[in-house]
Amino acid sequence: MNTILEKYRIPIYILILGAAWIWFSAAPAGSTTSGEIPAPQEGFLAPDFTLQNVAGETITLSELRGQPVLINLWASWCGPCRAEMPAMQRIYESYQEQGFVILAVNATNQDSPNSAAAFAVEHSLTFPILLDVDGAVSGLYRLRSLPTSFFVNREGIIEEIVIGGPMSEALLQTRVENLLEEAP
Amino acid sequence: MLPVLQIGPFALQTPGLVLLLGLWLGLTLAERLAPRFQSDANALYNLSFTALVAGVLGARLSYIIQYIDAFISSPISLISLNPALLDPIGGAAIGIIAAVVYANRVQLPLWPTLDALAPLLAVLSIALGLSHFASGDAFGMQTNLPWGIDLWGLKRHPTQIYEVILASLILWAILPPKEGASKPTSELVGGTFWRFLALSAGARLFIEGLRGDSITLDNGIRTAQIIAWAVLAISLWMLNRRKSKKNNVSHANALHTDGEPRIR
Repeated sequence: MNTILEKYRIPIYILILGAAWIWFSAAPAGSTTSGEIPAPQEGFLAPDFTLQNVAGETITLSELRGQPVLINLWASWCGPCRAEMPAMQRIYESYQEQGFVILAVNATNQDSPNSAAAFAVEHSLTFPILLDVDGAVSGLYRLRSLPTSFFVNREGIIEEIVIGGPMSEALLQTRVENLLEEAP
Repeated sequence: MLPVLQIGPFALQTPGLVLLLGLWLGLTLAERLAPRFQSDANALYNLSFTALVAGVLGARLSYIIQYIDAFISSPISLISLNPALLDPIGGAAIGIIAAVVYANRVQLPLWPTLDALAPLLAVLSIALGLSHFASGDAFGMQTNLPWGIDLWGLKRHPTQIYEVILASLILWAILPPKEGASKPTSELVGGTFWRFLALSAGARLFIEGLRGDSITLDNGIRTAQIIAWAVLAISLWMLNRRKSKKNNVSHANALHTDGEPRIR
């Protein structure tokens, strides 16, 4: 026994030190900030915003709490944004009744309201097309590339960010199903 | 943070780019150092390439199996370039299996090969830290320390920087001595690999305690720390075992050498 202790003396000290650090650094309540601070990052609360759609109706993100939301930042001149819209529309049609919402936020400061509206009509898009006229939401969500999509769960927390596109239909379907499976 | 590098119409995802660069640099370094571990550079390259290709294909295959219905309704998604349609755990498992099969087939010696792969893994660890820094992932807890960084609404521990610093030190610690140096690495075959694993587990154990995104048990204990502690324990045990073996061999050699003059 003594021989074993002698042989493994240093490793044992290291492991005791490691165990002590695990105990000492245990996360106290509230030390992990997920869900408490609004930030455009996975695990954080999706920053709230209020925008008007092309019909002039006002939509506020926080009022959709309890429903899974896909926030898609896009522009009508952006090829990948245009390419993923039909798949988004099909997914919206399939899961709308279960409470799934798409907010397609048009980066109108880099586009125009008319182009956004024309695109929605051309592709028969039925989900809300919101106009970010002054680029405030693009700034809030630190938009660096179009399209960028945020999958937000029922509690308003960002579960995944997909930068670039086009997103495939399978990707949309799997993510939306996962969001819907989570308990309300 | 620089998650996206916009070059003209192309939006390059910086974290992925950094990891690719790390892979290339790591492979180059591992190939260069392979002879010092009594390992064949070409075999090492082929092994890594096999694992990588199998890993990527396996990650997609694993994802497809898990969400088969989504791909039946949209078969074109099978060839989508989107990395979000990959299962990293499944990919890693299939990559490792492919590497083991390849290594068995060409009869690569286990410990020298793992030793020779350690520099590649160490460079990848540095690249992982840099990719976390680019994306803002793996962020730290709130701190008032002067070197804290403003990130996601708070002043936080720069855990991504800690990752890079510790991974760089680990790389330095496992680099074999230059050829012709007095202490050949063959003395402790497998030692470099286990040393890398022990140091990496120790680094993770430390950094995880400062992270702000840990998955915790009910009592606040961080699960990644428990795993790192277990890996550390196994690595230290293996290192000690190899050290004992080496000492036994050295002792036997010494006895043999001491005895020679008497026989004469």
